[in-house]
Amino acid sequence: MIVRELELDLDAFEGPFDLLLTLVLKEELELREVDVAGIVLAFLERLAEHEQLDLDACGEFLVLVSALLELKARGLFPEEAAELLELEPEVAAEELARRLAEYRRMKGAAQWLRERLESEGERFFRLGPAALAPRAETPLAPQEPEKLAQVIRLLAAEPAQVSLAHMALRFPPVSQFLERFRAVLRRRPRFDFDQELGGLSRVEQAVAFLALLELRRNGEVAIEQAAPFAPIRISRTDVEREDSWTLRSA
Amino acid sequence: MDAPLRLISSNPLDQLARTVEALLVVASAPLGVEELAEAADDDAERVEAALGLVGERYREGRSGIVLEHVAGGWAFRASRDAAQACARLFEKPVQRNLSQASLETLAIVAYLGPCSRPDIARIRGVSADSAVANLVERGLIAEAGREEAGAIRYRTTPLFERIFGLESLSALPRLDDVGADADAIRERLHTVAEKRSA
Repeated sequence: MIVRELELDLDAFEGPFDLLLTLVLKEELELREVDVAGIVLAFLERLAEHEQLDLDACGEFLVLVSALLELKARGLFPEEAAELLELEPEVAAEELARRLAEYRRMKGAAQWLRERLESEGERFFRLGPAALAPRAETPLAPQEPEKLAQVIRLLAAEPAQVSLAHMALRFPPVSQFLERFRAVLRRRPRFDFDQELGGLSRVEQAVAFLALLELRRNGEVAIEQAAPFAPIRISRTDVEREDSWTLRSA
Repeated sequence: MDAPLRLISSNPLDQLARTVEALLVVASAPLGVEELAEAADDDAERVEAALGLVGERYREGRSGIVLEHVAGGWAFRASRDAAQACARLFEKPVQRNLSQASLETLAIVAYLGPCSRPDIARIRGVSADSAVANLVERGLIAEAGREEAGAIRYRTTPLFERIFGLESLSALPRLDDVGADADAIRERLHTVAEKRSA
């Protein structure tokens, strides 16, 4: 059994013993954080797996772990370490007893606090905004696996293709409006764009406007608008010419 | 002119008691008599008498709200009868899952505070860093100056007293009452020391 390969699983460290020693010696791991009793327990557990007592391993482990303990003790009581070494056994025992007793008392006090916390568990008071308690979960009623499978099968089925046809823009042909405008202008010499097409959708109005531009390009109509956003007035070009002639002659 | 109708003769402290009651409802931490007197613009003795009236009205078994003397001041809390209902609606994050290490650290700070992390480590034999950080985060202990060497000292907070239902730190039991028999430990160690020196 090789002590250095002893696998450790402590709060402060997880890995082989020799890595722990290396980290401690390099001062990359605070020995104060290491639970030495945990190392001893891990060693004893490993030792128990073997039928024969491995004296070499035990000896090596004792040397290593006592060195670790000494380092840890020095780390915890740096200024007192030298002082303690020089103490007579009786005085040292007295000092140790004092410390142990102090710790025992604090442990007792901690126990009292724990009991107090339990006995005062019914105390509720305002403490700034109170955090809401988690909602109690309502357990599900017992389920039948077949039914569950059935439902999952339904969920797994490919959903029907959703038709988007109604969302497409439908453009009426420009020619439709060309015919319509020509027909209007045959009946009367001029008309207002908005009045004629007020009830149509935006898309239809846009196509109607394109038709209007087409008529203008062909010289069939004249378009005028007194101001931006004012009504657009369309007139037959022959009427337009007549008007300007009348104006000029007047 | 008609005088206002009075069927019950009112206590002259009633108005002050109502003011004290209002102050305690608004506060989220216990209020001392001096604070109450200052806010109510009245003298401390009368405030104490008024607290007596309020305490009579708000006591266990009579009201869902109970007046208590805690953490060096006066505060309202829920009656114990309502504890189960309160527990269904509210969480107690401060005291939930306090570990043994945290409780020991808390005990050391409560009894010996203000004290530093090295002080705590000396008694517990292990580093106190994470336990101290945890208790500070929960608001049970807080910084209280520094030692000459520079280490931060800690003391318990009023919240600690409130959660543990203590009127003040002096309400903690004497250490000798809670600790194990120190003499027995001493005796055992002396036996070991004697064997070693022999």
